[in-house]
Amino acid sequence: MSGDSNYQPTSAPAKWLERRLPVLSFIHGSFVAFPTPKNLNYWWTFGGILMLCLMVQIITGIVLVMHFTPHVDMAFASVEHIMRDVNYGWLIRYIHANGASMFFIAVYIHMFRGLYYGSYKEPRELIWILGVAIYLLMMAAAFFGYVIVWGQMSFWGATVITNLFGAIPFIGDTLLSLLWGGVSVDNPTLVRFFSLHYLVPFLILGVVVLHIWALHVPGNNNPTGIDVKGPQDTIPFHPYYTVKDGFAAVLFIIFFAVFVFYFPNALGEPDNYIEANRLVTPEHIVPEWYLLPFYAILRSIPDKLLGVIALGLSLVVLFIIPWLDTSKVRSARFRPLYKQFFWIFAIDAVILGYVGAQPAEGMYLIVSRIATAYYFIHFFIIMPALGWLETPTKLPESISKPVLGN
Amino acid sequence: MRTLLRSLLLFAVAALLPHAASASEGAPKQLEWSFDGPFGTFDRAQLKRGFQVYKEVCAACHSLKYVHYRNLGEDGGPEFSEAEVKAIAAEATVADGPNNDGEMFERPGEPKDKIAAPFANDLAARAANNGSLPPDLSLMTKARKDGVNHLHSILTGYADPPEGVTLAEGMLYNPYFPGGQIAMPTPLSDDQVEYADGTAATADQMSRDVTAFLAWTAEPKLEHRHALGLKVMIFLVLFAGLLYASYRRVWKDLH
Repeated sequence: MSGDSNYQPTSAPAKWLERRLPVLSFIHGSFVAFPTPKNLNYWWTFGGILMLCLMVQIITGIVLVMHFTPHVDMAFASVEHIMRDVNYGWLIRYIHANGASMFFIAVYIHMFRGLYYGSYKEPRELIWILGVAIYLLMMAAAFFGYVIVWGQMSFWGATVITNLFGAIPFIGDTLLSLLWGGVSVDNPTLVRFFSLHYLVPFLILGVVVLHIWALHVPGNNNPTGIDVKGPQDTIPFHPYYTVKDGFAAVLFIIFFAVFVFYFPNALGEPDNYIEANRLVTPEHIVPEWYLLPFYAILRSIPDKLLGVIALGLSLVVLFIIPWLDTSKVRSARFRPLYKQFFWIFAIDAVILGYVGAQPAEGMYLIVSRIATAYYFIHFFIIMPALGWLETPTKLPESISKPVLGN
Repeated sequence: MRTLLRSLLLFAVAALLPHAASASEGAPKQLEWSFDGPFGTFDRAQLKRGFQVYKEVCAACHSLKYVHYRNLGEDGGPEFSEAEVKAIAAEATVADGPNNDGEMFERPGEPKDKIAAPFANDLAARAANNGSLPPDLSLMTKARKDGVNHLHSILTGYADPPEGVTLAEGMLYNPYFPGGQIAMPTPLSDDQVEYADGTAATADQMSRDVTAFLAWTAEPKLEHRHALGLKVMIFLVLFAGLLYASYRRVWKDLH
């Protein structure tokens, strides 16, 4: 992870520290001198943006916990207490609630960037796998957080999602009582979800460290997908990418702030401003937008167990993408067919998200079945087949010498 | 393949017409509100009138359990004076205690108290309302899709049932309410309240006023949010400009 550090401490305290714990040269090697391909585009700025999102969620979350009461009789009211009586509580809560959506927007862009430029391919398989692990932990954290505010959609969403685990053969019932802490979603569920909601972000932070550590072994992929050939292809991370990532991060914060200040509830469900009520079922139970594609996959299959299996498989498949893609060429820039199938897949994911928000009936159900089938066809058939069938275009000699007049 | 294409086409049409399916249920009337948009603020006089409508009409059945009397005097709301807030609070009788003798007692309301609820609990509310529970209104405009317009549409949307619609006992026809049947009796009629500021108290005007008031109870920090948002946006745009200039300068000598 240290990269090409030629760090020499100058001040006495730095020298003292460096001899005992070389943390300064470590930081210098990883985030200052770290040799980075010179051709990274703006899609590469989302790694830093995601780090920002994680820190924003952790810091606002810590403050919210100071005012929140994890109990079925008080959770909803304590959120309103935060909104009304805590100084800038409305701001902190709106940042945290919208921050979850921003986190997912950034992670989806980050993942699709990886898919487009083949960033998961040898030797970066483990970076991708750790990234998928982070993504799954994010889903868990977001779900727990959505439940503990104890609105109608919290309660009914929790009921639907936890029941999925009950469909697992043999261990389903045990798993369900562990999740619920009883015989249905109730106070013990809320309290344990609260505990886990505080735990998971720190697990994410741990896996993020591994993700960056693993990244700093081979170094960044780049838009051409070809390996760095020498020092002429790289520039130090600082100041080049600190300033570029910083600029992109501020643009992202502007987008974030538009939601926080002007559309703070646009991404949420109105039903979650009604306190949880086990006697009244909402007309449509829908998860938050970032889980909708998977919800569509779940509902597209009429059998509960098979639906859960499909949902699980749609997530597990992400782990093995590095081996499903058989192409020797990383970047879609030089893969004329994959480039098109990439966009078809992206549209398929959006369609799944759209039908996931609609009632599972009629045309929506048919569309969700086709889109679900295509999701799996993309990974299990198109991806492996393209590697054999496709003729990539000519690769540039190096990052510094892109092919001319191709 | 043809089925696929047809599905995709229908999907595209469905996506373009998001309201086509729900039009029969009565999409809410679209009104302009003073608090719309990034610079929107509440109209103090309207919030005061709206509070009057709440107090004299809605409060007979609906609680406002997340709102305290003190909130009525805070910045960004109706901004009643301190004396007015005290007087409004004192009109209510509040259960307190136990006192040093262990007895519960009643006293006049104070600004620190929550706005007094019309019923002691949900069961009492149901018992008094033919089995229906009048919902708490504190968050109503955020708890429904397009909540502000939805609320005004319901309040002004009562009509005679069209041919073929049979209402359940005790229910009234309101095309804006999910299912078209509502248990709440027609709440507003012209000149039901007398406004101190001389505004003509038509049912439509009262509905607008109480809806604006409930938009405030749901989002009491809206004005703070809009004001802070403007400052934050100006800062962020300037900061982004500086960073972009720095980025161009740092990268200038690189080819």
